Amino acid sequence: MTTETMEAPAVASPTATPPHPLREFWGYFSANHGAVAGLVIIVAVVLLALLADVIAPHDPNITNTTIALKPPFWQEGGSIAYPLGTDPIGRDILSRLIYGAQLSLLIGIVVVAISIAVGTVLGLVAGFFRGLTEIFIMRLMDIILTLPSLLLAIVIVAVLGPGLMNAMLAVALVILPHYVRLARAAVITETSKDYVTAARVSGAGTTRLMFREVLPNCTAPLIVQASLGISTAILDAAALGFLGLGAQPPSPEWGTMLADAREFVLRAWWVVTFPGLAILITVLAFNLLGDGLRDAFDPKLKR
Amino acid sequence: MALVEIENLSVEFPTQGGIMRAVDGVSLKLEEGEVLGVVGESGSGKSVTMLALMGLIPFPGRVRADKLAFNGRDLLTISDKDRRKLTGKDVAMIFQEPTTSLNPSFTVGFQLTETLRLHEGMDRKAAERRAVELLGQVGIPSPESRLSAYPHQLSGGMNQRVMIAMAIACNPKLLIADEPTTALDVTIQAQILDLLISLQKERNMGLVMITHNMGVVADTAQRVMVMYAGQIMEERSAADLFASPQHPYTAALLAALPERSEGGRLATIPGVVPGLYDRPKGCLFSPRCAYATEHSRTVRPALKPWAGGHIRCHYPLGDPNRSAAINHDHPVGTEAAS
Amino acid sequence: MAAPPFSVLAMLRFILTRVSLIIPTFIGITLLAFFLIRLVPGDPIETLAGERGIDPVRHEQLRKEYGFDKPIIVQYGIYLARVLQGDLGKSMITQEPVLNEFSALFPATIELALCAILFALILGLPAGIIAAIRRNSIFDHGVMGISLAGYSMPIFWWGLILILLFSVQFDLTPVSGRIDVLYYIEPITGFLLIDTLLSDEPEAFWSAVRHLILPTIVLGTVPLAVIARMTRSAMLEVLGEDYIRTAKAKGLSRFRVVALHALRNALIPVVTVIGLQIGVLFTGAILTETIFSWPGVGKWLIDAIFRRDYPVLQGGALLLGVVVMSVNLLVDLAYGLINPRIRHTR
Ligand SMILES: Nc1ncnc2c1ncn2[C@@H]1O[C@H](COP(=O)(O)OP(=O)(O)O)[C@@H](O)[C@H]1O
Ligand code: SF4
Ligand SMILES: [Mg+2]
Repeated sequence: MTTETMEAPAVASPTATPPHPLREFWGYFSANHGAVAGLVIIVAVVLLALLADVIAPHDPNITNTTIALKPPFWQEGGSIAYPLGTDPIGRDILSRLIYGAQLSLLIGIVVVAISIAVGTVLGLVAGFFRGLTEIFIMRLMDIILTLPSLLLAIVIVAVLGPGLMNAMLAVALVILPHYVRLARAAVITETSKDYVTAARVSGAGTTRLMFREVLPNCTAPLIVQASLGISTAILDAAALGFLGLGAQPPSPEWGTMLADAREFVLRAWWVVTFPGLAILITVLAFNLLGDGLRDAFDPKLKR
Repeated sequence: MALVEIENLSVEFPTQGGIMRAVDGVSLKLEEGEVLGVVGESGSGKSVTMLALMGLIPFPGRVRADKLAFNGRDLLTISDKDRRKLTGKDVAMIFQEPTTSLNPSFTVGFQLTETLRLHEGMDRKAAERRAVELLGQVGIPSPESRLSAYPHQLSGGMNQRVMIAMAIACNPKLLIADEPTTALDVTIQAQILDLLISLQKERNMGLVMITHNMGVVADTAQRVMVMYAGQIMEERSAADLFASPQHPYTAALLAALPERSEGGRLATIPGVVPGLYDRPKGCLFSPRCAYATEHSRTVRPALKPWAGGHIRCHYPLGDPNRSAAINHDHPVGTEAAS
Repeated sequence: MAAPPFSVLAMLRFILTRVSLIIPTFIGITLLAFFLIRLVPGDPIETLAGERGIDPVRHEQLRKEYGFDKPIIVQYGIYLARVLQGDLGKSMITQEPVLNEFSALFPATIELALCAILFALILGLPAGIIAAIRRNSIFDHGVMGISLAGYSMPIFWWGLILILLFSVQFDLTPVSGRIDVLYYIEPITGFLLIDTLLSDEPEAFWSAVRHLILPTIVLGTVPLAVIARMTRSAMLEVLGEDYIRTAKAKGLSRFRVVALHALRNALIPVVTVIGLQIGVLFTGAILTETIFSWPGVGKWLIDAIFRRDYPVLQGGALLLGVVVMSVNLLVDLAYGLINPRIRHTR
């Protein structure tokens, strides 16, 4: 009735062992081409930013009206000395973009750092002390989340006054709720576990518990959220810059460059195209990285 | 002509860690009106076998077989359209989790009449009348008022009754019940089993009763198929199998039954079903088998006719030359693979 | 007969609970508006009154009116009472009540926002559904790649690029405004697409449509990306559910399984996301309106900032916040309507 073969199943050889968690993580991550591309772009942007003084062909702020609005080198009238052309007052666009990378990365990192620092503390406090403290903190975060993020940032900057510093503060506030929620959720799941109760019984102080036991357990979601947060920060700060509320001219911040270039959209396509492209590529890279990290941390959720 | 004919069925799922063979060389014949019990621990491929028969193996699973036929229809070459005319009509299936198996966004009535309207071409009115009848037949009180209920408003037992009503709506020739009582309260379990058996008798349906509980099949099935790690280990008439199990795995399952346990202690089989990474080279049960030898660890036994059925073991328990053969092949003790 | 599963009372209770949940949010928003305006450098009374260089008599009178001599909580009470009566102060520049200016401009923003969300839905839903069904196909990868780019898009730049392409390069669409200046359209509904049809100038409608195209695309890009991604992942999740297996086991057609049994459930999270996108939409409207000189509330707010018209900023932001909050509430209620599980619990 059955024609039975004795061969073992093709792949499931008895010697195969489950892979090491870190290897498995890298396996999932590197299988995601988008995530790897994102990482490569980020590394490139970081290198550009770090080596700006060496790489940039010109000073980003030197104006020279005799060479104003030179097109990129491949177009008629362009020159290789100014590869991506010059802006309305003769500054080299490529050099400004490279120095802008410094600013954008700085914005992303500072904003997310502030947000994570304040957010995890608030979240840990809410999760540990519960009660009224928790209600107050979480309600406040809910309200911030309800309001459209850029609107809130605009209002804050309008009140505090335009400028890069205030813009960064505003954006940090706007993305704060994500970290508060993450940290609070981590505390609540962790404190329901036995080892935290045990640590408590054995007399470990609350602060110690918060930072030593609970925090390490929410690093994975925090890293993912940080990557996505950097992209939001860069995007929102650029939007504020574009509206004239962020970094002020002559800063080579990409959003601010776009604001300066707006009125030349009909005459010089390059002055508007390149700064935006820089924003898009960088933001996209951080989003790709964040998505890839999330999938790699939690393969079960991967779809 | 048998109702179901399966020969050498294999189902594989490509996964990150390699190809998972969930069903491995399963062959099976089922006559009209026959009740087959399929037993085995969780993860032994019972559900996947029957899903393959239903044509419900999810992507990216692959199904291969020398023969797969239902009621004389070749299911390997059948068109999707013809297949859908069979599924839900001539062969129906109910599942382990009744509550998640019903669509939360539609009423019981909608989900029940949907089948009737599709396969029987009834209009809404007629389908609703028939739906009320069916709900009554499966023992749901005040069936008219249940039509407008959502699954989350009914208990698990009630939902399973709804699932059964849906399955028998078009008088199927075969009903596959995949652990129909596992998720239910103990008191409800017996009721649902009784209902299934009485429906089977009334309609002379073929019934496949999947379970990991030997006790359930003891008093329902005519034939029993014992599965382990995707393979059939033993397949014989229920009476014979319970009276004199021939495979060590069957014997171990039976010993784990509460009423058979000795001295009030429940025997359990040490170890777990092999997964993707620890699939043995020889007999799949050898890491947990008390009688394993060097030979069974290196050579996979074939499924061979034995004692009125089939068995996959080098040393069937009823073999008169058994001890000699085991001694000859170097017994290796009873330690279980961790 | 048993109690009907769909009871009006349960429904009413559900609605009341949800409505009561937004009260703290409303108070929070008003508190924010109340305190922020006091952080503005300069004389708070002049800021609040929307008048500059006030003479001392009037100054004293305003001081009383705003309750500056009373505790802060009373001042907030006065403010809240005013807000509830629809008094949001008046513009420093035009001396018009803020609420009037808002109502006059808001239809333009809504018209744009509705078109954008419609655009996003019409493209995003089918794209997400097909991507889920053809998982890992080229189409799937394409949709996911494009939507991630859309999600990362600096829309203020996207608008300029579209202008560059469609207006400058091909001269297909106008660069700014809602309609050609040569038409005068009597505002009846405030929606130009409707008002032009009601007017006696049929070409005006096409002019309005042409003005809407680019802003709609720009504003719709991020929601489109989010909806496509969300629809895909919701569909994938739902397609793996037990009840989909049941539906297939019943012999239903592939189309019916996907379009009825799966989609009905997948839409639940998608509707929530669309609801949350409304908030994002108003943010985007601020940028879009600035780029295209679209005479809506977004541009009005930005103009107010540069004119230091603080009452407009305070009142406008508060109104926008309330609008977003109300839309979220409506979404929440709709969520309960399409998801029987939510409706019956709570
Ligand atoms: N869609 C799937 N993808 C990968 N592996 C699967 C899938 N479905 C089932 N399996 C694997 O096949 C094996 C048999 O599963 P199943 O037939 O459900 O066992 P049971 O006997 O408990 O019903 C299990 O190890 C399971 O992990
Ligand atoms: S072949 Fe050997 S190991 Fe396998 S079941 Fe039989 S006795 Fe046990
Ligand atoms: Mg199963």
